[in-house]
Amino acid sequence: MLPALRALSDPLLDRNPVTVHVLGICSALAVTTSVSTALTLSIALTLVLGIAAGIISLIRRHIPSSIRIIVQITIIASLVIVADQILQAFAYEMSQHLSVFVSLIATNCIVLGRTEAFALHNPPRASMLDGLGNGAGYSLVLLIVASIRELFGAGTLLGTQILPLIAEGGWYQPMRLMLLAPSAFIILGLLIWLVRSLRPIQREAREFAPIASPRPVQP
Amino acid sequence: MADPARPSPWRRFLDRPNTDAAKTIGIAFLVALSAGVAVSTTAVSLRPLIAANVLAEREARMNAMLAGLPGIGALLAEVGAGAVEPMIVDLSTGLPATAFDLDSFDQAAIAADPATSTPLSRAEDLAGIGRRENFARTFEVRRDGRLALLVLPVYGSGYQSIIRAYLALEPDLATVAAFTVYEQGETPGLGARIAEPGWQAQWPGKIVASNGEILIEIVPEGATGPNEVDGVSGASVTGYALTDILHFWLGPMGYGPYLDALRKEHS
Repeated sequence: MLPALRALSDPLLDRNPVTVHVLGICSALAVTTSVSTALTLSIALTLVLGIAAGIISLIRRHIPSSIRIIVQITIIASLVIVADQILQAFAYEMSQHLSVFVSLIATNCIVLGRTEAFALHNPPRASMLDGLGNGAGYSLVLLIVASIRELFGAGTLLGTQILPLIAEGGWYQPMRLMLLAPSAFIILGLLIWLVRSLRPIQREAREFAPIASPRPVQP
Repeated sequence: MADPARPSPWRRFLDRPNTDAAKTIGIAFLVALSAGVAVSTTAVSLRPLIAANVLAEREARMNAMLAGLPGIGALLAEVGAGAVEPMIVDLSTGLPATAFDLDSFDQAAIAADPATSTPLSRAEDLAGIGRRENFARTFEVRRDGRLALLVLPVYGSGYQSIIRAYLALEPDLATVAAFTVYEQGETPGLGARIAEPGWQAQWPGKIVASNGEILIEIVPEGATGPNEVDGVSGASVTGYALTDILHFWLGPMGYGPYLDALRKEHS
C-alpha cells in the first residue's frame, strides 16, 4: 500500500490512539452524548492536530530541545483558541454545547503525543498525514461511542428520531445510563476488548505475574 | 549581503546550534510572537460575528422567557412584539431618560465612560462591578397602559465570570415572574447550571422584597418560604454572588429609585 495511505489508515484500527494507546479518554467521555457534538469536536481536533503537526515539523530543526514541549504547547494552544473562536463565530450554539471541551483539545494527550513522537522527527508532509490519520482514528472511536450513546440514550441519531420513545407514543424506553459518563467507559472498554480480540497482536504483555500461592488452597 | 562568506544575520541565527542560549531565547520569542499575532488577528476579525451571536442568543432567551410566562405569552401573541417597550432609565432619579436613541443605546460604553457612570465604594459594590452606569435599559410590558410585567437586566461578578440575567417581576414589583441567566462562564457542570431551565424553574412566585426590604436569597440547600431559592450543589459561591447581584440591582444604587417611581405611578 502507498505509504501516504498507510499513514492515514493505520491509526484507524492497527494504531488507533484511543483503543491501542488509550489516549484522549477525557473528551471521549464528555462530548459523546450526541453524534453532532462528537462530530464537531472530532473535526476540530483533527484539523488542529494536522496543522500543528505540519507547523512543528516545518521548524523541527530549529526547536531547541530544552524548550521543545513549551514551544509545541504554545503552537497547539494558539490553534485551539483560533478553532474555538471560529466555532463561536460560525456555530455559536454548538460551541455552547461543547463548552470547555474545545479549549481542552490543547491538553488532549493525542495532540502533544503525536507532535512529540512523530512531527519532531519527520518531514512536514508525513507529519501532517500522521496528524490527520490519528485525528481520524480518534474521530472514528468518538463517533462509534456517540452513535451508541445517542441511539440508546435518546433514541435519535444526529437529532433524527430512530427509535420512537414511549413518552411520544412509541415503544422504546430510553436508557438514561447511556447519557451519563459511566456508559462511555463501559462502551469504550467493550470496544477495546472487541478490537483486541479481533487483533490479538494488540494485546499487551502482563506487567507482572500474579503471586503463586505457596501451597494449593483448600477448597 | 550577497557575499557568500558573510551570510545574512537571519541565516547566522538559524545556523547557531540548538543548545545555544541566544537561539533558545530567540526561538521562544519568535514562536510566542507569531502565536500571539495569529490569536489576536483571529479574535479581532471574528469579534463582530461573535458579538452578533451573543446578542441573538440574548434576544432569543428574552423572547423564550417572555413567551413561557403565563398570561404574557398570550398577550405578546395578541398585541405582537410591540407590547414590550424598551425603556432607558436614569438610575439616579428612577425616571425615564429621553436624551438617548433606543437603537444606538450602548450600555456597555456608558458603563465604561467615567462621565456617565458612578464609581462604587466597596460597601456599595455588592455586584462586584466597580462602576455603575447612570443609564440602563429595562423592558416594560404594558396592557392597556398598565404595567403587566417588568424585565430588569442585572449583571455582576459570579465565581469566575460575569453573570448576566433578566429578572422579570409581576406588576406588584415584588413577585418574580421569571429569572433567566443569558450569559455566564461559571464552572461547567456546577455553577454553569444556573443557566439551565430546570434550575430557573424554581424562581416564579418567589418574593424578592417586602416593605422595602430586599429578602431574596439563594441558599445552599433546603430553601424554605417564598424568599429562598435552592442553590446548585457544589456552586455555593455562584449562589452567594447571584444573591448579592440581585440585592445590588434591587437596592438604592440599582433599580431602587426606578421601582419607587413605578410604585408611585400605580398607587
